[in-house]
Amino acid sequence: MHIPDGFIDVPTSVAFAGIAAAGVALSLKGAKSTLDEKTAPLAGLTATFIFAVQMLNFPVAAGTSGHLLGGALAAILVGPWAASLALTVVLLMQGLLFADGGLTALGLNVFNMSLIGVWVGYASFIAIKKILPKNKSSISIAAFLAGLISVPFAAAGFVLQYAIGGTATFSISQVLTAMLGTHFLIGIGEGVISALAVGAVMASRSDLVYGYKGSQQVLETRVKE
Amino acid sequence: MKKQNKFLIAGFILSLFLAGVVSHYASSSPDGLEKVAGDIGFLESAKEHSNSDGVLADYGVKGIKNERLSTGAAGVIGVIATAGVSTGLFLVLRRKSGANK
Repeated sequence: MHIPDGFIDVPTSVAFAGIAAAGVALSLKGAKSTLDEKTAPLAGLTATFIFAVQMLNFPVAAGTSGHLLGGALAAILVGPWAASLALTVVLLMQGLLFADGGLTALGLNVFNMSLIGVWVGYASFIAIKKILPKNKSSISIAAFLAGLISVPFAAAGFVLQYAIGGTATFSISQVLTAMLGTHFLIGIGEGVISALAVGAVMASRSDLVYGYKGSQQVLETRVKE
Repeated sequence: MKKQNKFLIAGFILSLFLAGVVSHYASSSPDGLEKVAGDIGFLESAKEHSNSDGVLADYGVKGIKNERLSTGAAGVIGVIATAGVSTGLFLVLRRKSGANK
């Protein structure tokens, strides 16, 4: 999913770098109001864990692999603002240290993975959580589906960028079909890893899980009524 | 607080293990985007990464011949660097929020 330099032309890359920078600025502001003494170290651990798991490419089809993006997972654990920042730190490390993801493509990658992946993942999680029973296993089910949904959307972000400023001239619909098909399969892996990781944190420290706090409040209100 | 620290340390050690040891067994097939780019035909438009000669380029430590060690060491360095930068950032954000209130 990491776009190298050259796929997308420079003007488009610059434009998306601007959008990415605005997204990161908003996230810095949002994270300030959500992070406290307990959740700030968890946000650091979330970024660290995502970096590690992104190294673990799993096979999805003949000759194709995929890896966790982590946007939905991070948003459920620490909230969407801190999640966008966590993903951005991971992308910076990968681009600067490991030559993974082009440096001129950084804004494109931040847009797809730190913004689309996180916010589509988070919105899906909230919507799915609402229709499921209010218990801990629903959190894992919602995490699976949020992870699954977030990946094709992030892939669609690339197709949008390709449509605007792709340096090659293959048909957009061809690129869209191929990207969505492949990334739906990768999304299944994303969903499984997200559900397992969220489930593990829920089992040991459910009080820290951002996406679970709302459900607890709902439960408490109902008890009082 | 103790429980919190235990949890964080366990998560950090797990991350070190995944990036340092398990990463060796990761699939080396092209990822989704690379595969699509290759199949459709725009993979050639990719340019060499500006850091492709870097010490840690492509998740290996330059100079370590053994592939398993090279990948593992790069993973461990990445985990430590990511943990340092991200935790530092989030702690600074958290502190500022405390000061404003």
